[in-house]
Amino acid sequence: MVLILLGMALVTMVPRVIPAFIVDKLQFRDWVNRWLNAIPYAALGALIFPGIMTVKPDQPHIGLIGGIVAIGLAYIGLNVILVVFGAIATVFLLTI
Amino acid sequence: MATDVVSNAEQKTAKEMIHKGIAAGFPIMLGYLPIALTYGVLAKQAGMSLIDLTLMSVMVFAGASQFMGVNMIAVGAGALEIIIATFVLNFRHFVMSLSFMNRLRGVKLRWKFPLSLGLTDETFAVSALHSEEAKQERGPLFYLALILTAYFSWIAGSFLGGVLGEVIPAQLSQSMGIALYAMFIGLLIPSVKKEWKLAIIAVIAMLINALCTEWGMSSGWAIVLGTIIGGMSGIFLMREEEA
Repeated sequence: MVLILLGMALVTMVPRVIPAFIVDKLQFRDWVNRWLNAIPYAALGALIFPGIMTVKPDQPHIGLIGGIVAIGLAYIGLNVILVVFGAIATVFLLTI
Repeated sequence: MATDVVSNAEQKTAKEMIHKGIAAGFPIMLGYLPIALTYGVLAKQAGMSLIDLTLMSVMVFAGASQFMGVNMIAVGAGALEIIIATFVLNFRHFVMSLSFMNRLRGVKLRWKFPLSLGLTDETFAVSALHSEEAKQERGPLFYLALILTAYFSWIAGSFLGGVLGEVIPAQLSQSMGIALYAMFIGLLIPSVKKEWKLAIIAVIAMLINALCTEWGMSSGWAIVLGTIIGGMSGIFLMREEEA
């Protein structure tokens, strides 16, 4: 078990930490900076879909409806916390 | 604290930064607690001791890979197999860290190093969308407070899950499974409202991820490719100044 824990910690840590050491030694061109600045939005996209359909694995539409409600609540300018509560309530009501 | 009167004003801004960081980390806490509890319960059922399952949260701090690890331990997979699968699943953090650290260029390594250690999907997403703080002198304190809020709620939730067992009714915990997705959406939409091109970047990443998943790629690589290729569209869509 100790071996598994140490191994998992190490292979998770190394990819996280390497960029902290290398960015100061590298000078990126403009297009690379634009690429890296777009990464957060791309990551958000990739993290949301298709994963959201697995909220209730046998009923993918439940996650999708929860997501649409979240989009609506965020669009009218609600705080992230309220968006989260709204989506949880939606899924809860749909699965009663 | 060997400070004099002059540093009083600075002290206050440091405190404000920490408060701001905790506030920004609060939605992550909300999303982490139910998931961490579930992790604790499952890990206990898989036969892990309370110490081991809490230690995994302390040392690894990466939700999806911990669930996978617990599953693999439960079915008796080998250590090497588990470690390689963890690497593949968590490699996406390299891409995210590169993006975040590029924002923190002006910051000293003794700050960048601990901040990079605490990078998860969620802490990255929230930090990256608070890019103004990266330019401020006490910005690192903001990110540190945000990350520690997330970190300690993850550890506390795992421990509680291991102690209490099935505390949350299944239906409620299942409903809470949408929490982090909703948080990601709640982070993305305000940016998209300001600049619709960002939606194109996100949608391209979604489609690439969905295609790769469809073709049977592991979810770890699918997210890495979706993020890298989706981000590539930003080369053409983003202007230099854009957050």
